[in-house]
Amino acid sequence: MSTLTAKPTPNVVLHGLGVFLRARETSILLALLLVIAVTTIKNPNFLFSSDGFRDLLLTPSILILVAVGQAIVIVTRSVDLSVGSTLGLTAYLTGRLFLDIPGIPIILVVLAGIVFGALLGVVNGALVAFAKVPALVITLGTLYAYRGLNVLWAGSDRINASDMPKNFLALGTTEYFSIPLLTIIALIVLIAAGWYMRNTRGGREFYAIGSEPAAAELYGLKVTKRILVAFVACGALTGLAGVLYAARYGTINSQAGSGLELDAVAAAVIGGVAIFGGSGTVWGAAIGAVLLLTINRALPILGVQDFWQRAVVGALIIGAIVLDRLLALRQTRKLLESRDDSNE
Amino acid sequence: MLFHKNGAGAARSGAIAAIGLSIALVATGCSASDTGGGSTDGDDSTNLAITFLPKNLGNAYFDTSDKGGETAIGEFGGTYAEVGPSTATPDAQVSYINTLTQQGVGAIVVSANDPKAIGGALNEARDAGVKVVTYDSDTDVEFRDVFINQADSVGIAKVQVDLIAEQIGDAGEIAILSASANATNQNAWIELMKSDIEDNHPDITVVETVYGDDDDQTSFDKTAALLQTRPNLKGIISPTTVGIAAAARYLQNSEYKGEVALTGLGTPNQMRDYVTDGTVTAFALWNPADLGYLAAYAAKALIEETITGAEGDTFDAGDLGSYTVGADGVVLLGDPYEFNKENIADFDF
Amino acid sequence: MSNTVTATPDRVYRDYGQPLWRRLLVTRESAIIALLLLVIVVALLSVRNFDNPITITYLLLDVAPILLIALPMTLIIITGEIDLSVASVVGLSSVLLGTLHQAGLPIAVAGIIAIIAGALGGALNGFLVTVVGLPSLAVTIGTLALYRGLAVGLLGTTAVTDFNEFWTTLAKSKIPGTPIPSITIPFLILLAIFAVVLHFTPFGRGVFAIGLSSEAATFSGINVNRTKFILFVVAGAVSAFAGIYYTLRFGSARGDNATGLELQVIAAVLLGGVSIFGGRGALHGVVAGVLLIGVLGSALRLANVTSDVINIITGVLLVLSVVSTSFLVWLHKQRSKPRRTPRVDSGTPPA
Repeated sequence: MSTLTAKPTPNVVLHGLGVFLRARETSILLALLLVIAVTTIKNPNFLFSSDGFRDLLLTPSILILVAVGQAIVIVTRSVDLSVGSTLGLTAYLTGRLFLDIPGIPIILVVLAGIVFGALLGVVNGALVAFAKVPALVITLGTLYAYRGLNVLWAGSDRINASDMPKNFLALGTTEYFSIPLLTIIALIVLIAAGWYMRNTRGGREFYAIGSEPAAAELYGLKVTKRILVAFVACGALTGLAGVLYAARYGTINSQAGSGLELDAVAAAVIGGVAIFGGSGTVWGAAIGAVLLLTINRALPILGVQDFWQRAVVGALIIGAIVLDRLLALRQTRKLLESRDDSNE
Repeated sequence: MLFHKNGAGAARSGAIAAIGLSIALVATGCSASDTGGGSTDGDDSTNLAITFLPKNLGNAYFDTSDKGGETAIGEFGGTYAEVGPSTATPDAQVSYINTLTQQGVGAIVVSANDPKAIGGALNEARDAGVKVVTYDSDTDVEFRDVFINQADSVGIAKVQVDLIAEQIGDAGEIAILSASANATNQNAWIELMKSDIEDNHPDITVVETVYGDDDDQTSFDKTAALLQTRPNLKGIISPTTVGIAAAARYLQNSEYKGEVALTGLGTPNQMRDYVTDGTVTAFALWNPADLGYLAAYAAKALIEETITGAEGDTFDAGDLGSYTVGADGVVLLGDPYEFNKENIADFDF
Repeated sequence: MSNTVTATPDRVYRDYGQPLWRRLLVTRESAIIALLLLVIVVALLSVRNFDNPITITYLLLDVAPILLIALPMTLIIITGEIDLSVASVVGLSSVLLGTLHQAGLPIAVAGIIAIIAGALGGALNGFLVTVVGLPSLAVTIGTLALYRGLAVGLLGTTAVTDFNEFWTTLAKSKIPGTPIPSITIPFLILLAIFAVVLHFTPFGRGVFAIGLSSEAATFSGINVNRTKFILFVVAGAVSAFAGIYYTLRFGSARGDNATGLELQVIAAVLLGGVSIFGGRGALHGVVAGVLLIGVLGSALRLANVTSDVINIITGVLLVLSVVSTSFLVWLHKQRSKPRRTPRVDSGTPPA
């Protein structure tokens, strides 16, 4: 019998630091800071003018909400491609409520938006969870259907900024200690979601289902219910984002939110959420969202025509998933090695 | 494996489900065609079914102009319809033109997203006996019968340049926020503006032209980007009602309000707020309702073969009086009008 | 001990589980074909102007890109993968055609370059899926953005529209004497090739095998990676060809041409009976699926139903077609569950 050598107790601080530094989220954060630094050197207005600083924080707020919801869904090994259409519908609903019910309190409209978004999410979730059809197909269909509903409802009308109460529109630009209100809302939601995903049983169950659905089922987790909850959460968050969109942009036509789903999935994937589920955090998705939109805004300043934005997004997505794959391969190899080592 | 074992049962029930589905679809189709059945008269005498095809739907400017057309068509007893794409692209318009050809309408009144791309489809329509009137934004001459120009293009360009020159003290950097990159009228006006500036305002430089695609959010974001990247910008010209409204909305809450002048073509209703609080000093336009009204009467004249689009043809345009066709089949509506704080309360469109 | 073993009745071993007529007619594909015929009949009867021969012309001109791309897409989905980047390849080839033509190249040469570019794009997809081992969903979402981004980046939002009239007329021309557009000819040729390959060659059997179980396929000697790679390259090349057609038909090369086309292709393929899980499908169902969506769209547009309603119907059809399969499987399981009969005897288990 070999003598068991006691392993030296690892230095907790160094270990924590190591985990932090090697975390995917940190590298994206660094990339973000790098982009901001380079752009600010080129044009100090990017960061230091009051408009610039405000826009820097404000523009990603809406995408952060959608990306967080998308991350939750992707972690459970699904995907929700209908978020763009859901956002359009809830934004239009917001406008309509203000138009048709004069004097309606803002908080009610916000709640209505969230509930409506959640309902749209229920449709997705029910079809995916109960019919066991791949989420890709379902949400592709609902992307079409919801957008069509939006156009049908709106017709060729638009909601104009003048149709909505001034104090609602002001929400889009109010700042507290020079941080826009919308950003604060996004941050609060992010912290809540991050805590839920990491520290509660429900959140951990998402990861379990995404890692290995069959094992989760055998373990006794209520897979169907959890997937439903994931889609409802995504829908609700997108609903909130729709209300904020109305506050920020003021004018809403039937095409609002078109193409947003691609940005949301990109943000999540870049932020380290594995497309096959089971790993990644909402923090990563949020930082990915900020990174994406900051790059979009930085490109024209750096002299690159903003037409190349899409290409940059695509390259980033591919880079992110290739990186993920390489890291996963390396991880598997290391695990195999350490298993072989410990067997000796 | 699952599917192969259960193939028979699944397929049988699949057929039943498909039949159920088809019944549902038939019901949709029947009810839809009932409401749509009256699009063409089908009788051999004058077919006064006129359809308006603007650059895109959901655009306040076209809402007004097409309503003007509807009024005119109501006056002379034709049938009015409005169709259009949701985004202002040329290929989307081609599909609608094809459908209208199939339906055999009397005339199409179209504002072109591109001077050439929709030409083939338009000529197919004309071969099938449909009259083609362009309004607001023209195609090449060989693709249409008559073009209703809202105002002389040189005049439109000049009034905007004059306004911006006045507001920035005739010197400095300006940028142009346009609609879509291919729109005939936009490019015509921008060319004329640039040559006017070169000839008469040597101290003004046009530093950039950005495209908002007649989409509100895009125009909003492009304005933000412009102000970010050009710290020395003194003025913005936006010869599109969607663009100027979005730019004004951004400027209203920005630190550049009052520092950067904004003018262009806008509708009084959309711009009233911004003129009253000083974001925008003055802008120009014409009455879009009159444009649509005149276009409808021109279409009627073509259908009834009162005119053929040749120079010198005259036709009656209801309340607007009598109009004469100019060179190249162009009909001029009138002159552009300037709106500012004093007179903006008098208008409602 | 008796020598006579209780003779078991002669078992009849049939070649197939069902009689021939059943195998031919009671399939998912036949249901779609029947639905298509039904919709055509209803449209002919109730929508004015639908019986005009020009309807067929416009219908086929409109769905030609979807028909073309649906062919390789079927094979890709049968192997269990997916390719969401096809519409972006259409846009990219459209832009390449436009810019090269503007730079002075003759359209034929520009077209060939565009097709090669499309094949390269497909090769990138194939490489990332087979060699690097990434899931095709993620890869093609990335290349969807990348190729579309390249297309828009090259041309901005301008459109190149001055194409030689010879080519634009050719794209819209009809087979002389019929209202059928001549683009149908290349499509029929491709359809024949794909049908033969899929149903009558080992390569095609390999495609089905990979879809059912790629591990078993590997052990059967099928080169899974090579097959998938070839399919992605073919999808890229065919999408590029569809892009050339699209550009010449509309006379406009633009970076955002055919945005959203991939959804229509996938909707049509799934409607046509191809299983999203892989391993099952046939081309006649897919063609019927494309034509069904096309006819519905054409008839509703003629009846002045707005395009948003058409989109809603397409979306609902897509969802229903996949849900119905799951639902029927569930129904079947319910029906074949053993019935619980109350036990009458004391239930002594056999020794």
